[in-house]
Amino acid sequence: MRATKNGDKILTGLFWLMALVIVGILFSIITYIAVRGLPGISLDFIMQPPSRAGKEGGISTTIVSTLYLTAVALLLAVPLGVAAAVYLEEYSKANSKFAWVVNLTAETLSGVPSIIFGLFGFVFFVIFLGLGWSIISGGLTLAIMILPTITRTAQEAILSVPREYRENSLALGASKWQTVYRVVIPPALPGIVTGIILSIGRAIGETAAIILTAGSSLNMPLSLSDPARTMSVHLYILAMEGISMERAFATACLIIILIIIINYLATLSLKGLAATK
Amino acid sequence: MEQQKEDDGYMNKKAESITRMIDIPYGLDHSKKRYPVRGFTRDKLVEMILMLSAAIFILAIIVISIFIFARGVPLIYKVGISDFLLATEWNPTKGMFGIATMFVGTLAVTMVSLLWAVPLGVATAIFMAELAPAKIGRLLGRLVELLAGIPSVVYGFFGLIVIVPFIRENLGGSGLSVMAGAVILGIMILPTIINISRDAIVAVPLEYKEGSLALGATHYQSIARVILPAARSGIITAVILGMGRAIGETMAVVMVTGNSTIIPNSIISPVRTMTSNIVLEMGYASGDHQSALFATGVVLFIFTVILNLIVNLSLKAGKNYASN
Repeated sequence: MRATKNGDKILTGLFWLMALVIVGILFSIITYIAVRGLPGISLDFIMQPPSRAGKEGGISTTIVSTLYLTAVALLLAVPLGVAAAVYLEEYSKANSKFAWVVNLTAETLSGVPSIIFGLFGFVFFVIFLGLGWSIISGGLTLAIMILPTITRTAQEAILSVPREYRENSLALGASKWQTVYRVVIPPALPGIVTGIILSIGRAIGETAAIILTAGSSLNMPLSLSDPARTMSVHLYILAMEGISMERAFATACLIIILIIIINYLATLSLKGLAATK
Repeated sequence: MEQQKEDDGYMNKKAESITRMIDIPYGLDHSKKRYPVRGFTRDKLVEMILMLSAAIFILAIIVISIFIFARGVPLIYKVGISDFLLATEWNPTKGMFGIATMFVGTLAVTMVSLLWAVPLGVATAIFMAELAPAKIGRLLGRLVELLAGIPSVVYGFFGLIVIVPFIRENLGGSGLSVMAGAVILGIMILPTIINISRDAIVAVPLEYKEGSLALGATHYQSIARVILPAARSGIITAVILGMGRAIGETMAVVMVTGNSTIIPNSIISPVRTMTSNIVLEMGYASGDHQSALFATGVVLFIFTVILNLIVNLSLKAGKNYASN
């Protein structure tokens, strides 16, 4: 009996150690990049365009490109993704084959590697539709990539709205759409927003698909048909071609700061969901 | 439109008081009586639009498959399916397109990463679900979310700057290696493994554990003999999805594995994965060369889709069956 108890203590210690390893990995990555990257971040670094292929100057054009691409992707994916979620949770019948196939393809799509989306975006948007390496090609590709996340989180949020809300609304004479729009969506909104915020994170970090569809031009993108280089692509090129490690660190650091902010906003939004329950 | 607004306002005001007083049976839809024509058509129209939005997923997967396959499959036939998959010679300028080295490269990096990330990930999931105080568990959950949010190119950069030199100094070689790829990939798939395993462990009915404890088993005996077996399909799902992510990961791997098209003979030998092959050469490839990269994509696509179908058709279906 005593031997088991001592064994249990050792085991518990081991489990704590494992958890500490995970925390340690995360913190070592973040602190290492912060220590080497933070000194390089200044107002000039954010506001100035890059010069000499990124060896000098800032990264303003890549920040604008990132925002631009993310906005285009969200504009397309959010309405579609949320609409799909509403259909799957509110309209489709319980045993609907169609809904089953949609759920399956959404899951499959979320498991497809980003480089495949890149290949597809290249051959379909860039070549077949003749959109070239551009914000619009990259944005469309990115939109398909974030659709599953948006739909899945919206589905979960809609599912968590109590059934009585719908019953009461319908019983009061509201139509199906009135019920969905005025009764189901509002309490589900924080969950839907969380999905959108997480997709922004994915959009900012995406590299492989963007490099094949939006190109890597360092010029300021002025229209949807201009090629662009996002921060992530810039980091990749700076590091792989050894252009400037100092600027690579600063860029990486800026990306991590953005991701931390985004994750924080996502948890805030989830708290909003918990509060409405 | 005016009429509509008035009605909605009326409803909002009355809604609260009425719902508190009575239970109205489900399915009593007055809207059809009040707006016999308009209500019907608008609701049907909305439903159509929503359904079409949902159909986007099906459309996307079909169009993606068609375009990737149309570009890649002809080359596989031209080269010969066995030559394409089994030849170790990748020399685009000579028209030699064998992806065996990259296939092995992907396999090597993925397997080594699973070797350390699965035990660590599952143990952390057990810790979070069963052992940690609620606060610590939540905190850990948020840190894992952050780990999942860091972009792969940042992991690749960290690997290039920290892991690669470390391997070069301690294990020899250039440092750009299977090992470097596996270390970084392992970190990247940890969140997938932890989150899905934890959900599976949490979903095990409390009665199972209570029954086991009541029979005199210790907490750890219950975890090992009752909870983990009950959560098995979820944990397998976690491993398979982690594997899918590892196979498909591109940017982090391309930055740390050296990308030589050779069969690796040790853990410190450089390799090129299928994903790296595409991203490295897509920028300048044309003609058959470009098709060969699409063909590499076809192999990758088939692999990851099969892994996902295994999870969604067999493992998740099994889980639902158990819970019914």
